Amino acid sequence: MNEKVMRNQRKKQTIIFSVIIIVLTYLSANITGFNILHGIATLPEAIVWIFSNLYITQESLEKLPTILEKLIETILMSIAATTTATVVSIFLGLMGSKTTGTNGVMGVFARFIASVSRNIPVVAWALILLLSFGQNSVTGYLALFVGSVGFLTRAFIESIDEASLSAVEALRATGATYFQIVYKAVIPQCLPQMISWILFMIETNIRNATLVGILTGTGIGFSFDLYYKTLNYNAVALVTFSIVIAVIMIELISNHIRKVIL
Amino acid sequence: MSLLTVEELGKTYNSGTKVLKNVSFKVEAGEFVSIIGPSGAGKSTLLRCINRMVEIDEGKVHFDHFDVGNLNKKDLRLLRTNIGMIFQHYNLVPRLSVIENVLHGRLGYKTTLQGVLGKFTELEKERAFFLLKKLGIEEHAYKRCDQLSGGQQQRVGIARSLIQEPKIILCDEPIASLDPNASKVIMDHLKSITLELNITCIVNLHQVEIARSYSDRIIGLKKGEVVFDGPSHRLTTDNIDIIYGTENRETRELITV
Ligand SMILES: Nc1ncnc2c1ncn2[C@@H]1O[C@H](COP(=O)(O)OP(=O)(O)OP(=O)(O)O)[C@@H](O)[C@H]1O
Ligand SMILES: [Mg+2]
Repeated sequence: MNEKVMRNQRKKQTIIFSVIIIVLTYLSANITGFNILHGIATLPEAIVWIFSNLYITQESLEKLPTILEKLIETILMSIAATTTATVVSIFLGLMGSKTTGTNGVMGVFARFIASVSRNIPVVAWALILLLSFGQNSVTGYLALFVGSVGFLTRAFIESIDEASLSAVEALRATGATYFQIVYKAVIPQCLPQMISWILFMIETNIRNATLVGILTGTGIGFSFDLYYKTLNYNAVALVTFSIVIAVIMIELISNHIRKVIL
Repeated sequence: MSLLTVEELGKTYNSGTKVLKNVSFKVEAGEFVSIIGPSGAGKSTLLRCINRMVEIDEGKVHFDHFDVGNLNKKDLRLLRTNIGMIFQHYNLVPRLSVIENVLHGRLGYKTTLQGVLGKFTELEKERAFFLLKKLGIEEHAYKRCDQLSGGQQQRVGIARSLIQEPKIILCDEPIASLDPNASKVIMDHLKSITLELNITCIVNLHQVEIARSYSDRIIGLKKGEVVFDGPSHRLTTDNIDIIYGTENRETRELITV
């Protein structure tokens, strides 16, 4: 009896939910003038285009050394942006955490930085920084750096908060100094998690670097943009393919590192 | 002069309610004192006023030659090296080894740099192993702490406080997360610390019977006030009723069993 009522109720909920989704989809499509049916209808055509244009040819393979060079440049920039952001974020994370924060003002400042730089997308940062630094690799680096600081600070604050409160209290009670506590209790306890976040950030940054590169004219994004605009679709395919391979490889490596340390 | 003198101690947290009111007592060197009282009575707060893990609002705490409420940073460190602390949840660094956690007890004696680099002398390491052996967990020295049972972890906590060479050890519900057997091991160790090393112990406890059988003296705390202070054998059921506010027999039995 009870079960029946519950099942009926669940059925009703499902129906209501579906109706809401359909109405929302219809409304938003209507307002933006996007024709769903038309979109679906052109899908086969798009797929045909992709297969007939985006393939790698012998000719485009000759560009491989240049592309690889750009790719490595992009990867290195992403890693550099992440590692420098890590240094800043460890400091901000310690300040922002309730466990290790020493000063209320600094704590608020750290959390403010984290939320501001995190809630603005990396692409927006790139566009903002373009205005003041122009189209060069510094702009690309800074855009990634700022985004990373926001994300990592937030992640580090959470890692520190949940991992080490009780041990920090114990070491404080033994008369240990602030830095002794940070090095002997906080870092050992949070390190695996922090490394995991740093690896995640490197992966994200390599993906973002392509997009940022298109805007700032650097790295693999620049190659992509160049070949795209010169209608060299075979080279575009090669660039895309090499980015995919690079991202997958980085992911495999970092998953392996995670398995070892956690 | 007594080792510890608490005079008219008062404490109010930000929330505004008075957690400790006019608390006064003295503890002599080598005493084993239990503090009992219902949840929220202020037992943990009282302990933390002694090593100033929380600030003292009113009154005075004198420990050894320290005026605990009036210490600069350096002297506060010195005070804390003289006071060991043991926690309900052991408060170890779970990912580090037993021996590393024990050596943390020496940090108070080191410069920041020595501590950060983990420079411990041979003597300190020998002492750490000696303590682990005495507490019966020597064979776990290189294991990570999170691989140990609760009772074993609490013994690591005791070793960490003993290596400080403290004059007093503050224990905040040291056996509240342990089964009866492990509890007995821990309480026996604490008792022998007082008897053999002449280190004073103040223990917050929830179990009245254990407090009665182990301690020389019991302090009963209720709503931030001392409502009983005397030798354990003088603690009567009437006193217990007052401390816990238990009028009926069943709840009293729940506490004293
Ligand atoms: N950091 C804090 N900030 C604000 N209020 C606190 C803080 N710590 C404790 N209190 C409050 O002070 C009162 C006494 O707490 P305390 O932890 O000292 O009690 P206790 O006797 O140790 O209780 P228990 O037996 O549950 O451990 C409680 O009402 C608690 O809510
Ligand atoms: Mg308590």
